[in-house]
Amino acid sequence: MSAQAEHSAHPRPTPEQSRALQRSPAQCVRHGFLQALSFILVIVPFGMLFGVVAAEAGLDLPEILGFTVLVLAGASQFTAVQLMTDHAPALVVIVSAIAVNLRMAMYSASLVPWLGRAKPRDRAWIAYVLIDQTYALAIQHYEKHPRLSLEQRVGYFLGAVLATCPPWLVATLLGVWLGKAIPEDWALDFAMPITFLALIAPMLRSPAHVAAALVAVVGSLVFAFLPSGLGLFVTAPLAMLTGAGVEVLMERRNRARI
Amino acid sequence: MTGYSTATIWLIILAIALGTYGLRWSFLGAFGNRPMPLWAQRLLRYTAVGVLPAIVAPLVVWPAATQGAPDPARMIAAAVAVAVGVTTRNVLAAILSGMATLYTAFYFIT
Repeated sequence: MSAQAEHSAHPRPTPEQSRALQRSPAQCVRHGFLQALSFILVIVPFGMLFGVVAAEAGLDLPEILGFTVLVLAGASQFTAVQLMTDHAPALVVIVSAIAVNLRMAMYSASLVPWLGRAKPRDRAWIAYVLIDQTYALAIQHYEKHPRLSLEQRVGYFLGAVLATCPPWLVATLLGVWLGKAIPEDWALDFAMPITFLALIAPMLRSPAHVAAALVAVVGSLVFAFLPSGLGLFVTAPLAMLTGAGVEVLMERRNRARI
Repeated sequence: MTGYSTATIWLIILAIALGTYGLRWSFLGAFGNRPMPLWAQRLLRYTAVGVLPAIVAPLVVWPAATQGAPDPARMIAAAVAVAVGVTTRNVLAAILSGMATLYTAFYFIT
């Protein structure tokens, strides 16, 4: 969709775009790798924290690695471990953790114009490593360089994956090993809430996002008397409907102004 | 982990893994070029901001480490993390300033 629009908007490629177009698929892998390296600064502490928290919650090493390798999605891993610490029913743990990842269906949809014609095998592994960082990096690269070939796009994605996913695994392991050495008065219990808040805050881009977050906060406190995890089931849909509702209202108001 | 058998823990891990992979693969692999309905896009946009704050708010207001007693140090730290996150849009900066605030507050309050 936007690929077509940018084609006509920029008939002559910029020097940066021509350089991108001349890269071989292998060079694209290296380019994606280098551009994704800075994400390690976020991924390593986050992964270590997961290792620490999961070990503290009583999970053993294979289970912790199972989470990190098979789920490969930080916020939902933390959600699951947090709810398990609260002794929530297994079904509540599963549904809540998957709900945190619903945004990935949006990522998947928004990559279709760029990667939809890749080989099924390529689309299968790309889906597995479609995390916030690789998605954010790839989509801005594709939109900036709309004429890249399919091989170049896939290569760039692979490079970004190589720089982000292995460090996540290593960081988790480090967290498990170092966790026991961390003293009690470091208040690591609060590292996870802080990390969640740090993840949420940059998402508060619009009044609709702020409204949804406020309803989520108030709802979770009001429904805290419900058995563990169930309050979330009432609150999260309310918050999502609020966000969508505010968005519709704002759109209507903007249209009225024009 | 009290209350869960090893089998249950692995069931949880596998179910979350399959569900998450299904979401990531959905459009790229299965639905192809079919556009997502507008109402679904709208709701999906607010899943993260609807779920994550609901998980974290009770942890901030009633921390387990204080047996559920509200703790000014933790509340101030949480507020700083959100403020830094909103202004810088930098996750790492928000984490570091939040934890730094927590330790500073501990130092002055206790």
